[in-house]
Amino acid sequence: MSILIYAESAEGKFKKVALELASYAKNVADAMGTTVTAVTVNATDVSDLAKYGVSKVLKVSNDKLANFNAKAYADVIKQAAEKEGTKLVVLSSTTDSLYLAPIVAVNLNAGYASNVVALPVSTSPFQVKRNAFSNKAFNITEISTDVKVIGLAKNSFGLAEGAVSLTEEDFAPALNDADFNIKTENVEKVTGKVTIADAEIVVSAGRGLKGPENWGMIEELASVLGAATACSKPVSDIGWRPHSEHVGQTGKPVAANLYIAVGISGAIQHIAGINASKVKVVINNDPEAPFFKVADYGVVGDAFEVVPKLIEKLKAFKANNA
Amino acid sequence: MKILVCISHVPDTTSKINFANGDTEFDTNGVQFVINPNDEFGLTRAIWFKEKQGATVTVVNVGGSDTEATLRKALAIGADEAIRINANPTDGLFVAKELAEVVKNGGYDLVIAGTESIDYNGGMVPGMLATLLGYNFINACINIEVDGNNATAIREIDGGKETVSTTLPLVIAGKKGLVEEKDLRIPNMRGIMMARSKALAVNEPTSSASATKAVKFEKPAPKSAVKLVSADNLDELVNLLHNEAKVI
Repeated sequence: MSILIYAESAEGKFKKVALELASYAKNVADAMGTTVTAVTVNATDVSDLAKYGVSKVLKVSNDKLANFNAKAYADVIKQAAEKEGTKLVVLSSTTDSLYLAPIVAVNLNAGYASNVVALPVSTSPFQVKRNAFSNKAFNITEISTDVKVIGLAKNSFGLAEGAVSLTEEDFAPALNDADFNIKTENVEKVTGKVTIADAEIVVSAGRGLKGPENWGMIEELASVLGAATACSKPVSDIGWRPHSEHVGQTGKPVAANLYIAVGISGAIQHIAGINASKVKVVINNDPEAPFFKVADYGVVGDAFEVVPKLIEKLKAFKANNA
Repeated sequence: MKILVCISHVPDTTSKINFANGDTEFDTNGVQFVINPNDEFGLTRAIWFKEKQGATVTVVNVGGSDTEATLRKALAIGADEAIRINANPTDGLFVAKELAEVVKNGGYDLVIAGTESIDYNGGMVPGMLATLLGYNFINACINIEVDGNNATAIREIDGGKETVSTTLPLVIAGKKGLVEEKDLRIPNMRGIMMARSKALAVNEPTSSASATKAVKFEKPAPKSAVKLVSADNLDELVNLLHNEAKVI
């Protein structure tokens, strides 16, 4: 009864969250005296998973699954779990995995806990620590069902290499027409730019920037750091930046390694959306801005002077550390 | 079209979060409760369908009598009737099972719920509900159009969006984008007066099945004070980010 993970891939390559998931599951498996099996959909080279502790991969190759389809993918995971006699299924917290997990849980008669941020508090009874109240608190949740599903919050565990030998097996689950009741008509992806979902670093700006014409320096700062750009709610409401960049309680959540906030005062709803980020830097000319209370590092100063200087310093740093 | 909007009764977004009884319960003292923001977008979209295409809108909540004020607000915004399942919502599966009973009995074509609630953030009720019912399901939905039995929706994906098509009956988990924040309805006096005479049914729960339970709550450890770096010494900030925080 190994632990089953769904290892997400895009264009045949594993996403970083899949490797984080493998690292996490390996640690849980060690504590429970078992191993990790991964199920993959249309992934070509699965050897990376072995580096992070996966000892068996069920490889599904099916053109009908070229586009993500929650019901069909959930069927794949369910059948993989049943085939392996799995008692614990672990998914990540990408948009696709958040879509899948509740469906998988019902299909397996399993209890489900999402937003899990650490190794289980206890494996018997099975208790996990998860984010709740929009990252303002943690909740210890006990799952009482025989089969359990958990969702690992992004960037909450990190990568931990632990190579094992890997067995690959082709797996062809049975799919039916009803699995494809939702038809993909069109996919629009931002290309050539780091997106908030994938970003390790996010550079975000607020009304302190005074107008959309001033975002050039924010984009340049993001570009130097290989970061995604984001914004506060008022900025997207006014239309200075697209809604897809709005982070906060009703916008996108950010769990980056580094979050840099420029000219954002730090409303409680904004903080809730970024609180899962590890290191927070705030640049603001108001020393009383509430954001400084949750920041790790702060610069009190005019964004129009600080940001260009910071860009120069970072460029010099990158040149010296290339 | 018969639309059911699932309403979660949650602490206002600015609420300070505290716990009581040895950190085993959420402390509701001094907390103002509101319609879950993601549900509010769904409710406004449902009212839009009612006004533009003709639909009936029922709102439903699983909760004690204290949640009726939230349901009345939804009625004042424009829902036609409300149902309260008289139970303490113990976990997402329990809520989904109770909602599934309401959907089966009411024969709803479109069920709209919020992608997640801002209290427990489980994000599981809509997907579980759809699966229990065998309905089509679209998560993280930011636009929905219905034409007869056909629906077209846009959902968020990591790094973009995707347009999908399907048929009713359908469950969607919605969020901001279903309508814009500026278009959210606020109850007016006429709506508030009318809401008083609208039906609010109270149903008893049909089961007590839960798969999980909240054992204990914790608040994050207090943060150490911010390290301020002079605007004239940004080399120090770069140094701290590299050597101390190890994030660049």
